[in-house]
Amino acid sequence: MADKISNKQIFFNPFSKDNPVVVQVLGICSCLAVTAKLEPALVMGISVIAVLAFSNVIISLIRNTIPTNIRIIVQLVVVAALVIVVNQLLLAYAYDVSKQLSVFIGLIITNCILMGRLEAFAMGNKPWPSFLDGIGNGIGYAIILVIVGFFRELLGSGTLMGFQVIPQCFYEAGYVNNGLMILPPMALIVVACIIWAHRSWNKDLQEK
Amino acid sequence: MENLNLFIRSIFVDNMVFAYFLGMCSFLAVSKNVKTAFGLGVAVTFMLIVTLPINYLLENYVLKAGALVWLGDTFADVDLSFLSLIMFIAVIASMTQLVEMAVEKYSPSLYASLGIFLPLIAVNCAILGGSLFMQQRGFANAWTATCAGAGWGIGWLLAITAIAAIRERVASYSNVPAPLRGIGITFILCALMGIAFMSFLGIKL
Repeated sequence: MADKISNKQIFFNPFSKDNPVVVQVLGICSCLAVTAKLEPALVMGISVIAVLAFSNVIISLIRNTIPTNIRIIVQLVVVAALVIVVNQLLLAYAYDVSKQLSVFIGLIITNCILMGRLEAFAMGNKPWPSFLDGIGNGIGYAIILVIVGFFRELLGSGTLMGFQVIPQCFYEAGYVNNGLMILPPMALIVVACIIWAHRSWNKDLQEK
Repeated sequence: MENLNLFIRSIFVDNMVFAYFLGMCSFLAVSKNVKTAFGLGVAVTFMLIVTLPINYLLENYVLKAGALVWLGDTFADVDLSFLSLIMFIAVIASMTQLVEMAVEKYSPSLYASLGIFLPLIAVNCAILGGSLFMQQRGFANAWTATCAGAGWGIGWLLAITAIAAIRERVASYSNVPAPLRGIGITFILCALMGIAFMSFLGIKL
């Protein structure tokens, strides 16, 4: 590797400093659409980690044999095959969640995180660093997904993973769930708040 | 009439960006100025109009359970629907490549202005999303699928042009807090536009 980034950095950088969602701005679509509840957000995060890690390894193994002008099609086929496996697994073992996620499992294929990492990292690195990069970026993505899902479910439905956490006496005292949080546009606002907090903390990421 | 209704609904009510959040990545990355945003919007619309009927025919004559019955009775219980993702993405990727070559040959000036965006379209989730929604909803025929594709495309075009126009103004006239500059404020703008678009809910022709 040319710039001598250690494996540890490859693994930990995407958690915060190089987060795929709030810094690289990749994979926004699914991040917004599946986060109305915590459970689908968690399943989606795990699926993306799995697909990203294995597609990174596969592409990295065959990176020297792929002709450059058809590489996008090759990458898409590898990713699509992995996504089909994940989709069938979810249909078999977590049918309800896979119904909630509907087309968004299929859309992992066109999730920009995958194409972005394959292009930027796996095409130029050995399998083991690529595997770490895939896991790291997948976890970075899942962290944001879980944070957004946590706030939207807590404020929007008063539950977490389907269990009620806001005590009944609150409701009797006049507390009302904020129905706005379940609506899709609020996901954007929550992500914007995360970006705001994250960038006031890491000043060097601020744009002019 | 049915199709016109679907077309209008696809533009406003089922808007790709504001109702489903599809194609957000290129939506956020390429909306810095109106001209390029419009170019990308036209390209996406075109791809949706072309790929949706192709994928519709593929779904109904090859992939669906029992769709291969026209080959003979022995194929009546073949179900290839688990292959649909890989087939759809292959159609989209190869159509993108084809369109790129055609545009390059016949209209070099358009190619020069769109050049970079054409390969990007293959990984725009709005296009694969269109095909997956088509599969989920089971449209009546290929023409209906085309109408829905056109509606989704135009809705996307509308959204990206509008947000690009707003971003141009925001960049030059307003004093946004430093941590929110650039991508942060764009998220909030999208959210407000999304709420505005929700007022179209329940529209019927």
